[in-house]
Amino acid sequence: MSPVEAIKKGEDSRRTGTVLPIEGHDIGLVRDGRKILSGASLSIGHRPGATVLLGPNGAGKSLLVRVLTGLLRADSGRVTWSGTEPDRKRIVRIGLVFQKPVLLLRTVEANIVFALRATGMPAAGCAACAHDALEKAGLSHLAHTSARVLSGGEQQRLALTRAVACQPELLILDEPTTNLDPASIAAFEDQLQLIRAAGVPILCITHDLGQARRLADHVAFMHLGRVREVMAAAEFFAKPRSREAAQFIAGQIVLS
Amino acid sequence: MSDLSEAVVTASRLIMTLDADLVEVVVLSLRVSLTAVVIAALIGLPLGATLAVARFPGRRALIVLINTLMGLPPVVAGLIVYLLLSNSGPLGVLQLLYTPGAMIAAQTLLITPIVAALARQTVKDLRGEFDEQLRAFGLSPFERMQTLLYEGRARLATALLAGFGRAIGEVGAIIIVGGNINHLTRTMTTAIALETSRGNLAMALALGFILVTLALLINILVLTLRPMRQHAGLYGARF
Repeated sequence: MSPVEAIKKGEDSRRTGTVLPIEGHDIGLVRDGRKILSGASLSIGHRPGATVLLGPNGAGKSLLVRVLTGLLRADSGRVTWSGTEPDRKRIVRIGLVFQKPVLLLRTVEANIVFALRATGMPAAGCAACAHDALEKAGLSHLAHTSARVLSGGEQQRLALTRAVACQPELLILDEPTTNLDPASIAAFEDQLQLIRAAGVPILCITHDLGQARRLADHVAFMHLGRVREVMAAAEFFAKPRSREAAQFIAGQIVLS
Repeated sequence: MSDLSEAVVTASRLIMTLDADLVEVVVLSLRVSLTAVVIAALIGLPLGATLAVARFPGRRALIVLINTLMGLPPVVAGLIVYLLLSNSGPLGVLQLLYTPGAMIAAQTLLITPIVAALARQTVKDLRGEFDEQLRAFGLSPFERMQTLLYEGRARLATALLAGFGRAIGEVGAIIIVGGNINHLTRTMTTAIALETSRGNLAMALALGFILVTLALLINILVLTLRPMRQHAGLYGARF
């Protein structure tokens, strides 16, 4: 089998099953007797562009996303991927980037190859595909560097590159730039804008209003374990419906 | 010339000329201990990783047992294997007593708990860091365990070397189940014990020198295996 055929075959096997839209209905989650999510509903991935999940610390943003992606089981409510129960096979169709990049003790390229193999791509096509992804991200000069010696900004961009290399149907980022300096944030957002322009739907969790304004086509606002409003970004920032959202935009602290 | 300096000279000659008896004893020691390490790795690594990842009834008791066995005195390990392998014991039919096989069994019993305990700690630490990402990759529980073992390879290799160090330097267990029979079950440590009591200090000293050299080599290997990352913070530190 030629590398090209191998890649094609790999892509075919990865395309089995879709996860979109990801829908959560009335999700409830209790931890240590505390209601962290109560009646949260959100549907993602059914429209192009970037949706920003916005809200103060402790609103339940990260946990809601973990429930929607199947990483966490909710105590109540229902999650469906494309109308059916979530399953382990299809999670590779969701690209996930966490607040702290989790990189394997291998080279930059090997980190991407590992993720590609996990999606079911045959070994023959992985190196070329990883090379391609690094080139697009402007990281190819680091291909053979150990991933763990990269700077924080480079590590997070590698995590993003790795997620996108697997050609996800949807990219989900959980406060990806919280630990980065301004220059690294700019580099990361530039890369993210390219991915958005390429048509990959994005869900990005943040509590950074500036970032939300820069990225968002749509905003979902969370408060006290519920999704309070979902609307076009321009409309949200101009005329939020709820008092909490208005306070949050105004920079007043909304403690949960 | 004093006994000691004479012994040193003779010992050097034994090593330089690769004395046949000496080589035989060294080779048997290495064979027994390396085999024990391989078996301990085959049992201990999956066992430790499973204990780190899986939840099942009796898990805590098993962990306590393994931690206790880490400090098992070699003579007790020897006694246990002796009872198992003796003619009236449950494994007596194997006829392993006073063979290298019995010594391998005793050393395996000694070092498997060390390997398992260190593997559990390693995988447990890595799991906290990696588990969510590995699940996001869609990996099965078994694949996740494999990946964690691979990610911890440097620390696990250190664990195996620690096990080897304990096995090769141990005398209490193998003298009970091996019997220190010339040309059959005589290893470096049992030979040192015997030759010293016989007054053959040269042979004992030569073997002792080889053992210490092995220990040195193991420690150098452990140092080089340790990931550079752990050193990085120390280099260039002013205080």
